[in-house]
Formats: sequence, C-alpha cells, structure tokens
Amino acid sequence: MAVAKGSDSHLGASVGLSDADLVEMYRYVALARAVDERMWILNRAGRIPFVISGQGHEGAQVGIAWAFERGHDWIAPFYRSIATCLTFGMSARDILTAQYATANDPSSGGRQMPGHYGSHEHNLVSVSSPVATQLLHAVGIALAAKIRKTGQVAMTSMGEGSSNQGDVHEGLNFAAIHRLPFVFVVENNGYAISVPAAMEVSVENVADRASGYGIPGVVVDGADVLACYAAARDAVARARAGDGPSMIEAKVTRLTAHSSDDQQTKYRSAEDLDEGKHHDALPRFRGELRDAGVLTDEIEARLAAEISAAVDDATDYAEAQPDPDSATATRYVYHETD
Amino acid sequence: MAIRTFIDSIRETLADEMRRDETVIVLGEDVGKKGGVFLATDGLWAEFGEDRVIDTPLTESMIVGASIGAAVNGLRPVAEIQFADFIFPAFNQIVSEAARMRYRSNNGYGVPMTIRAPYGGGVHGALYHSQSVEAFFTHVPGLKVVVPSTPYDARGLLRSSIRDEDPVLFFEHKKMYRSVRGEVPDTDYTVPLGKATITHPGSQVTVVAYGLMAHYALEAADRVAEDGISAEVVDLRTLRPLDTETLLDSVRKTGKCLVVYEDNKFGGYGAEVAAIVAEEAFDYLDGPVTRIAGPEVPGVPYNHVLEEWFMVDAEKIADGIRTLAAY
Repeated sequence: MAVAKGSDSHLGASVGLSDADLVEMYRYVALARAVDERMWILNRAGRIPFVISGQGHEGAQVGIAWAFERGHDWIAPFYRSIATCLTFGMSARDILTAQYATANDPSSGGRQMPGHYGSHEHNLVSVSSPVATQLLHAVGIALAAKIRKTGQVAMTSMGEGSSNQGDVHEGLNFAAIHRLPFVFVVENNGYAISVPAAMEVSVENVADRASGYGIPGVVVDGADVLACYAAARDAVARARAGDGPSMIEAKVTRLTAHSSDDQQTKYRSAEDLDEGKHHDALPRFRGELRDAGVLTDEIEARLAAEISAAVDDATDYAEAQPDPDSATATRYVYHETD
Repeated sequence: MAIRTFIDSIRETLADEMRRDETVIVLGEDVGKKGGVFLATDGLWAEFGEDRVIDTPLTESMIVGASIGAAVNGLRPVAEIQFADFIFPAFNQIVSEAARMRYRSNNGYGVPMTIRAPYGGGVHGALYHSQSVEAFFTHVPGLKVVVPSTPYDARGLLRSSIRDEDPVLFFEHKKMYRSVRGEVPDTDYTVPLGKATITHPGSQVTVVAYGLMAHYALEAADRVAEDGISAEVVDLRTLRPLDTETLLDSVRKTGKCLVVYEDNKFGGYGAEVAAIVAEEAFDYLDGPVTRIAGPEVPGVPYNHVLEEWFMVDAEKIADGIRTLAAY
C-alpha cells in the first residue's frame, strides 16, 4: 500500500518504498505503541477492566501489514494485533472504544473482551478467544478468493504458542495442497503466557515446520520493520502469482505481561526482560529513519503531536460513549431482516 | 410428481442449488470423484468441477473452519462431514466460531454455511457410525439444526438451509437414504426452517419425533389405532429453532405428550421438548410428559442382537403410547 511512488532514500530504496511510506509506517508503529500505553494507564487508573497488549510486536505487524492491499486483501488477526488493525484501517477511536466496550465499538458493540478486534469494513475478521481457529478462516477466505478469482490474498497471524494447535496443521496442509493465496505469520515473542518457547515448540523456529508442507518458511527479526515488510512483500507476491502459501516467523519481544491480569516477573528473569527492551522495533526504526535522514526533527515533532492528539481524542471519545442497551443483547444471534 | 429416495432428493437438491447459485460449493471427504461414501454428492464433481466440489484431507476442523472463511468471503459452502460421529474435531469451529461470529461481531459478519452429516443407527455401524449428535448443537444459540424425514422435506429444507444467512447443521439419517421414498415435485419449492408438521392427526396422545423416529412414530400410531387409541404425530423437522407453536397446540389438544428420540435419553434433545411442554402446557396435561429414547450406553453396539436392543422401534413407541393413553 505504497503512499507515493519513487524512493528518496537508500533505506526506502532497499525495499522499494518511498520515504513517505517509511514515515507513515513509523507513524503506525508509534501510534500503536501510544494507544497501547494509554490502555495500560486507563487500566491502572481503574477506567477499563482488562488489557491485552501488543507492545513489542508493533514493528513486525506494521511491516508485514504494509505488504497487503488495504480494503482488498484480508487479515484474520489475533489479540495482540493492534498495530495490524490500525495499519489495515481501524482508528485509535476504534481500538479505544473496544477497551471501553461501548455500544458503538466497531469490533463487537461491547460484546467481546478488549483485544478481540474485527471490522468487516476493513476486511479484518472478528477475533475469538480460542487460539489458532482463525487460521482456518483465513485459509477459507483464500479458497474463496481463488474460486471467485478476486486476486485477494489472506493473511493470519498468531503467537508461537498458538501455532501448536491442530488447526494450524490442518490449514497449512490444505492451503499448500491447493496453492491458496495465503500467508501465515507467527509473531514469536518467546512466551505462551508463562511457558517459554523451548517448552512449546520442538524445533528452533516455527518456520522450520514450513518445509513439512512444502512451502517457504522464513525467519525475520521482528524488530527490523523493513525486513518484515520485505518478507511479507515476497510472500504476497508469491500468493498473488498463484504460487501458494508462505510462512513468516517474526521474532519479536513481549514488552508487557501477557495481560493486565498477569505478573510476568514471576516467570521471566530481569535479564530476560531487559534483553526484550533492546529488541524493541520502535526505537530501532526511529534510529534507522533518522540515520537515513528520513525522519527529521520537524517530522518527528509533527508525528508526536498528531499521535498524542489522536490518543487523547480517542480516549475522550471512548469515555463519552454510552454502554450498550441491554435490550439489544438478544440481537444478531441470527440474521435479521431490518 | 416424481418418486425419489431420500438420498436422491438430497443429491438433486445440491445439484440444483449449485446450478442456481455459483457461490455454492461442496467440500468434504470423498465428495469428489467418488461422490461421497453414501453417494450424496455423486455426479457433482463431473458437472461442476474440482473448484466447486472439493475432496478434502481427513480434517474435519479444517472442513468447517475453511467453510467459515469461505462464507465470510462470499461463498455458500455446503460441507459434508462423512459421519456425524466424526464431527467432534470440528466442534470448536462450529460452536466457538460459526455460531458466534454474527453475535460477537455485532452483525459485522455472518456465516451462511450448511454442514451436512449422516447420523443414526440401525445400520450395523456400531459406536462410531451410528451416533445421534444433535443435542450437542441444538444447545447452541447461533446454530440452526435441521433433521428431515422425507424426500420432500429433505429437498425443501436443504434449499432453505443453503439459502439461509446463518450456519445450519443438516442431519440425515443414513438408514433412510435408500429405504425412504416419496413424492418430490420438480418445482423450486422450499420448506421453511423452524416449522414442524403434523404427519398423523389424532386426539389422545401427541407423539413428537424427528428423522427416522418420525417414521417409526407413524408406524406406532397405526399400530395403536388398532387398539382404538388416536395418536397425533408431530414431525419437528427443525430442532433449532423449534416450532413451539405447533408442538404446544397439539399437546393442548391431546393433553398427553410422548417424546421420541434415538439418542440416549439423559440430556437428549427430547428433554428440552419435555421441559417446554411442562412449562408451557402444564394446565392442559392429563399425564406425565414421557420419553422413549435410547439406553444409557455410550454408543450403539455392533452385534445385531445388541443393536436391536439399543434401537428405538415402532413397537417400543407403541408401548409408550399405550401406557400414556391409559394414564
């Protein structure tokens, strides 16, 4: 979803993106972080009951989502996909109204826990809580895209813990057999709540399993936004050309506890947590863009002001929205002819 | 009007719907060249091609999960689960995903998908080719559950199911596939979901049944008529949503209600029917709401003596009617 043609810096040229693209990508990474941090503040202030966070995943999410065509392609996201959803068209207001479970929360009208995003308008499939089920939905979307010849590509993302579910095997096998336009993204942050990856995954990389399906599997540094973009761009090109699915494993870090109900110092060492902070895409991407001359003081100041205003606006907006009317709770169990 | 077997009616309806609407696809195990293990999809692969008639791996969760995704992206999948007994790997996709998609997205997404599955015993299928699984799904808001008993209803209800905007489980009793015949018009009629029918009018006892048991109930009604007992048979046809109006009207008329189902009795679908009758028609009842259902064993045993012991049949139902009529 290139913002502008042409490339003004070496950095952008290295992956075929313009400087305007790079700035916009950075804006999404920073916006997602700011929205996420606001969620925690609101939780600790007693304004919202629950937070499940995407901090540490944003760079990979923005880099990967950038390779897809917004409003055309499909994403079946998961509960940490705040940056993915923002990049694919949801707004800060959309994310914040989900935290408050307001009547007009576009994800679910206040029916789901926060983190269960979704938007038909933006081709983002509604998230549920059983993990990895969404992979099959994305595979089915890709199947429909192939049958209907829409040219769409479907992506799903999940953590490495979820990747062990049987649905993943069933879906990858089917997608590979039919060479479906499908991209499987694993955001490996090293933990399934408290259990480290070594106790969940029998191989070093989840992507190593791709060979078992006869599809490409690549590992990328999830703090390297443009490497994530490049991997996704290649996977999307393959999918669009009819060459079938791909797997991308982005090694990310989880900067927060699993959720607001978790205390990660109980199972993660201080060294481990500190190392995670050094694997954060936000400062790294910022440094890369500044070094390349793409991000100037002026642009940074503008972005910071915009993001701050957007998060404040979204918070105030969400705070002011009414709760759903309990009289509406029986609606949309089934299709209604309005 | 043409006479059709139950399975012919289903196969022809699938073909009709696929001709009428190019977004209808069929997927499942062996549904392609082979035409399904019961031949319910025979000929579809030849007519509509491998894009629309898809032989899947042995992955029931994928069959349903991918159908959900395909439905989200503009298709109307008709998924076949080869035997209802094998639907459980897909339970999470059906119950956590398909059933809740519309509700949890506040009407953002719907799942227009039909899941067909042969169910039921009496065919030497033993524990894992005989089960009645409807109660697991009738419990779930967001799902519709259909169990036709005649070729006419199979066609009309399958059309309605495929054209419905929500997930429908369509259970076909496998013993009826070739043993039940009936008139099926060549018109594009539908039978609405959620409408029961009275297949045998009577005045003394209401017998509620569905699927194969609807046939046995008719047979039982004929038997007790010889004893001078007038039984009314209500064929539910759709279990969710339940046509409580037809059910309760009948019970209020007869004052007695016998619920028949093939599944084991405890917690089966008939328990809900009995509870509704007790709650809504208590003042009209002249006897206890009773049930004739399968025994409390975890499956239909294979040996023919054991299988006959398990199965509800016309005589067991007739005995139930006689007992209730004499109450």
